[in-house]
Amino acid sequence: MSTDAVLYDHPGPRAKARNLILTIVFGIGLVALLYWIYSRFDAKGQWAGSLWEPFTQASTWQDYILPGLLATLQAAAVAMVLSLAFGIIFAVGRLSDHWWVRLPAGAVVEFFRAVPLLLLMFFIFFGVPFITEQPMSIFWAVVLGLTLYNGSVLAEAFRAGVHSVPRGQSEASYAIGMRKSQVMTHVLIPQAARAMLPVIVSQLVVLVKDTALGYIISYGELIQLGVNNLSANFGNVVQAAIVAAIIYIIINSLLTAFAGWLSRRTRRKGRAPRAAGAATQQATIEPGLGGGGGTL
Amino acid sequence: MDVFSDPANRDVYITGFLWILKLTLAGGAGALILGVLLAAMRVSPVPVLRGFGTAWVNIFRNTPLTLIIFFCYFGLFSTLGFSIADDIDLNNFWLGVVGLSVYTAAFVCEAIRSGINTVPPGQAEAARAIGMSFRQTLTMIVLPQAGRAVIAPLGSILIALCKNSTIVGTIGLMESSNAMKDLINANGNAVIAIFLVFAGTFAVVLIPTGYAFGWLAGRLAVKR
Repeated sequence: MSTDAVLYDHPGPRAKARNLILTIVFGIGLVALLYWIYSRFDAKGQWAGSLWEPFTQASTWQDYILPGLLATLQAAAVAMVLSLAFGIIFAVGRLSDHWWVRLPAGAVVEFFRAVPLLLLMFFIFFGVPFITEQPMSIFWAVVLGLTLYNGSVLAEAFRAGVHSVPRGQSEASYAIGMRKSQVMTHVLIPQAARAMLPVIVSQLVVLVKDTALGYIISYGELIQLGVNNLSANFGNVVQAAIVAAIIYIIINSLLTAFAGWLSRRTRRKGRAPRAAGAATQQATIEPGLGGGGGTL
Repeated sequence: MDVFSDPANRDVYITGFLWILKLTLAGGAGALILGVLLAAMRVSPVPVLRGFGTAWVNIFRNTPLTLIIFFCYFGLFSTLGFSIADDIDLNNFWLGVVGLSVYTAAFVCEAIRSGINTVPPGQAEAARAIGMSFRQTLTMIVLPQAGRAVIAPLGSILIALCKNSTIVGTIGLMESSNAMKDLINANGNAVIAIFLVFAGTFAVVLIPTGYAFGWLAGRLAVKR
């Protein structure tokens, strides 16, 4: 615990006794809370075997949970690739020397970061068909919404990353006669991307969580299939929601751990630009809240 | 813009954003109280408290808010029979506030904890060296410095909470995203105008808020 040094001395006999009493009191409270939850479930018959049993059958997983999970991961993966492209383009746009490129790029990024993702998805799914007079594919409605929002967040992250590359790098590149576009593509972006890798992986957590918004416009992802449709058949909405939550928690914990490993690795190899330590730390401190969050 | 010259449509718009405002305020208050408690647990010397705080953060930070709100309605309310208010809208509102609070509290907790981590240990050591008590060290040295480091993250959490409160629409509250959906379906000839009005409202409120928090954080930052 790094906070120990700031907040506490090593506990003496009195502090140890106090901590022990706190431990016991809170432990009792926790057990009481768990028992209360248990009895509440019991009173509503939520421990009945018939509600939990479907999760032991392969067909439940094959028909509901795994297809839903696959749809979630597909949407997240496609949106991630598109977000990266969107993010790089708009980050470069915001760093442009021409005001007529910089301002629109900035406006787009700021706008899509401020608009709730659900509002965006509703517009794409319900509104755009009125304009194009074509039905909107539900998958693309989800992916486009995710791309516009997360791409804007990544654009900001990239911009911070490019700024965090030591100035000497671009000065040296200009000195040997590179043009601005070359400096960007050969020197700044590769270094920034390496420094921002952990942030990009953290953004994947946000994407996986935000695909759940697809449930609201009835995209067949994990909540739609694995909770909604599954519980319609077995009447076990609480159990299905708990199982789905566990799946999300496992996936996102793995991604978070991977992001942490990446940031430790870049720091260890001394590849992270000096100032990027702060930027990446700031961004990993706040793994996006989904539909929002990210750093300002 | 003639969609909004109809008073009925204006009402839909206003009601939607009033819900968003109420959700943000109530959810923010709940998340702040819970988050401070959780942060206190996570930095306490008691392992059980630390474990509880860590478990809370890991569970709620990694679960989609949509699922949490869904569970508040179908789990807590429909299946387990928790109802908070008799009025359907109010009940959904409070269920939404519960969901928003438990989810956002995890992020508030992490922001505060990382704020405490920005205070160099030397500050506390120096405070103890000149004979300050634990309470004095905490209230005069550590928390004021941590509080300044926490402004920017808390600001982005507040903004995210405001945007996330649209998700409560999934359990039937007529907040602004549902309001927009209804207006779009009723006025197919003006979808872009409707979207721009709703999205523009969020943008006009939230973009300056973000800059204001950034400016404030810069003003109050501890210069090290």
